[in-house]
Amino acid sequence: MTTSARPIGDVILALEHISLSFGGVNALSDISFDVREHEVRAIIGPNGAGKSSMLNVINGVYRAQQGTILWRGQHRHGMNPHDAAAAGIARTFQNIALFKGMSVLDNILTGRNLKMKVGFLEQAIWIGRARREELANRAKVEEIIDFLEIQHIRKTPVGRLPYGLQKRVELARALAAEPSLLLLDEPMAGMNVEEKQDMCRFILDVNEQYGTTIVLIEHDMGVVMDISDRVVVLDYGRKIGDGDPAEIRGNQAVIDAYLGVAH
Amino acid sequence: MEERLDTFPRLLLHHARKRPDAPATREKDLGIWQTWTWRQVADEVRALACGLAAEGFGRGMHLAIVGDNRPRLYWAMIAAEALGGVPVPMYQDAPAAEFVFVLNDAEIVYALVEDQEQVDKLLEAKPQVPTLAHIYYDDPRGLRNYEGVTSFERLLERGRDFDRAHPGFFDEQVALGRGDDVSGMLYTSGTTGRPKGVRQTHDAFIAAARGSAEFDRLQPSDNVLSYLPMAWVGDHLFSYAQWLYVGFTINCPESGDTVMIDLREIGPTYYFAPPRIFENLLTQVMIRMEDAGPIKRWLFRHFIGLARRCGAEILDGKPVAPGDRLHYALGNLLVYGPLRNVLGMSRIRVAYTAGAAIGPDLFRFYRSIGINLKQLYGSTETCAYVCLQPDGGVKLDSVGIAAPGVELRIADSGEVLVRGPMLLKEYYKRPDATAESIDAAGYFHTGDAGYVDEGGQLRIIDRAKDVGKLATGALFAPNYIENKLKFFPHIKEAVAFGNGRDRVCAFINIDVGSVGNWAERRGLPYSGYTDLAAKPEVYGLIRECVETVNAQLAAEPGLADSQVRRFLILHKELDPDDDELTRTRKVRRGFVEEKYGVLIDALYSGRKVQHVETVVKFEDGRSGLVAADLRIEDAATLPAQPAKAA
Repeated sequence: MTTSARPIGDVILALEHISLSFGGVNALSDISFDVREHEVRAIIGPNGAGKSSMLNVINGVYRAQQGTILWRGQHRHGMNPHDAAAAGIARTFQNIALFKGMSVLDNILTGRNLKMKVGFLEQAIWIGRARREELANRAKVEEIIDFLEIQHIRKTPVGRLPYGLQKRVELARALAAEPSLLLLDEPMAGMNVEEKQDMCRFILDVNEQYGTTIVLIEHDMGVVMDISDRVVVLDYGRKIGDGDPAEIRGNQAVIDAYLGVAH
Repeated sequence: MEERLDTFPRLLLHHARKRPDAPATREKDLGIWQTWTWRQVADEVRALACGLAAEGFGRGMHLAIVGDNRPRLYWAMIAAEALGGVPVPMYQDAPAAEFVFVLNDAEIVYALVEDQEQVDKLLEAKPQVPTLAHIYYDDPRGLRNYEGVTSFERLLERGRDFDRAHPGFFDEQVALGRGDDVSGMLYTSGTTGRPKGVRQTHDAFIAAARGSAEFDRLQPSDNVLSYLPMAWVGDHLFSYAQWLYVGFTINCPESGDTVMIDLREIGPTYYFAPPRIFENLLTQVMIRMEDAGPIKRWLFRHFIGLARRCGAEILDGKPVAPGDRLHYALGNLLVYGPLRNVLGMSRIRVAYTAGAAIGPDLFRFYRSIGINLKQLYGSTETCAYVCLQPDGGVKLDSVGIAAPGVELRIADSGEVLVRGPMLLKEYYKRPDATAESIDAAGYFHTGDAGYVDEGGQLRIIDRAKDVGKLATGALFAPNYIENKLKFFPHIKEAVAFGNGRDRVCAFINIDVGSVGNWAERRGLPYSGYTDLAAKPEVYGLIRECVETVNAQLAAEPGLADSQVRRFLILHKELDPDDDELTRTRKVRRGFVEEKYGVLIDALYSGRKVQHVETVVKFEDGRSGLVAADLRIEDAATLPAQPAKAA
């Protein structure tokens, strides 16, 4: 298999000296790293290391008390989630956040929300512009359904699907926004080996076919080492390693963090 | 002058002239059914044939075709034939290692495949296949950075350029074709030994298509769903030869997982499926009924009971009491109609099953709810065309009368012999095998043992070579016993042993879907197949099935000795990837016997538990080890019933 067929480009996202605390707890302290265009960037670390907080800072759910975010050359002190989505950043969640009672198709369509320009009155009448727009959105959604091979559950309510498929639907919804940066929070948690393999293939396919830059949090070291171009390692809210998989594998601080040493 | 419609490309051009705007092919793509008319298909085939010609493909060459049922793969077969070439469809789910044999045997230079998965497998096989030089793919996804493979679009483009430069070329090539040219090479599934390439002519397949189409009055307005492996002779007859002979519409499903949804959307009028599919459909219905509310369950049981009593007779137009008839009509409104709709079979005029024996109860179930399911008999060597059941003359245990143009004879040994226009021309590069299977009088030896019953219908007992004798001297027909076992939705596969032994013992594979659902409803936790198969409760469930079969066998003349004395539930599912089944899912008896010799010894030595370790291959080609301590249980048997004297 070829990894990352598209040449890795310039830095599109740089996090500089990010610190985040909740009351007296320092979730993140002085963290800096960057993400290059078209790469698969993994964030790893033991439980409570601050990985999800880091993603939340990137797409604006949390606002860092210190530090800046450089997104495509523009300095931002913080984003809000809506700005982040509008800027082309989409994400999935550690605990699946789908509408359980809605069909797979409708769930994925919600990912097109920002692409819908027509007002709701026009949509209700469904002629002309509204009709064209809906057809275009549906076509895009169908392309994603085809891409992720979930045609057979198109009309199934999400709540009835097994966990692995729900994860895939969540990925589909994130892709529906046609993001340039995709944040995946533990996309493979709780999956069996086969489901993990499928998910890996889809992530690499997304990266290759759409050129989407991917930042993912993952616990499975095998997966991380296989599919990432670069890895950043957090522990107790501090960055303890940053580099390609081979470097990380040999990094003593990382080994200690995972195997445990006397502090 | 009457045009000669003796090759498939000519038939295509005929339909393109006669019904240019009628739908020829449909495929569900991106959630919408796309339609191609006969004229469009003819255009595509023309461009494709010219493209292949521009690439150097020509008369007598073989074109490997690998993939799920895609319109373009069907068209590619016509394109290859238009140039005088021979399409060689291959089983798309076989791993690369299995491709190697067929690719080398057929000396494949050109291959047209569906997608990245198949391209990867061909590239993996390529170092061992020196002839393979050109690979074309239909679906470009994931293939952007591959080198040395060509997209279908590029091939069409080359074809259109070539066609402009040589405008008369395509028609000349089609005119060169003759009815006795080889039109396709299908490989046998290889229940024993290596697969053999069966070479069939246009004449043979057209004769089979004509005979069966007239037999069942197929119309251009008919619709079929093309979802069975393209390498299987059944699909080649139903979705290719008959399609081009009759001019009906073939519908390709969106993906392998959506077949049941697509079946409902299309509502085919003409349907073909091996028994396994009918079995799966029924299992699904039964599982859902178990989960339904008490009123629905009662309705279902009540009306299915009625249908069992008189449904098949009503379908056959036999006399039925008016009260039952009225009752059945109510059932049709409340249960059978909706059930047919759920199954996607509301519009079915004719449905066939073949490929393996179908359980009588299963068969009767479908007929009793008003689906005209019939059986046919044939093989790769006979274009799947030997016997057909006529409407109104359907029997549960026979496969029908000799089809139009087919001569049927039973040899002294009991083997079924056939002669007719649908016979194979030869096995490729195997004159020895050809000579062995076709005798001096032109009869093909089917290898099946059977007899013609009083109604003139052929009844197949078993594979001739599988039929043996128990040590007691009684007849032992393993398939017969296995099929009885497999009718239970809980049993997916069974292998019976007994040839030359004093009693019959069996391996059982449970059906995870059905038994899993059964276990869930009982709050029985399990982690996977191996765990579920070892549960004492599951053994109890299966023992009931085995004992029911024993009761049936005891009641049949001469079969009381075939009752299953001991059985075990295998710790893994028999799988074609482990060579235990063929690609068409028939048990490779000899192989299984050898591989699980230790288990057979345990069955016959009276041991209660046997430890076994088995290497399994995963879908990605890696292997692993499954180990288990298998329990062996006895099943109760009954004495032969007095009816035996009859």
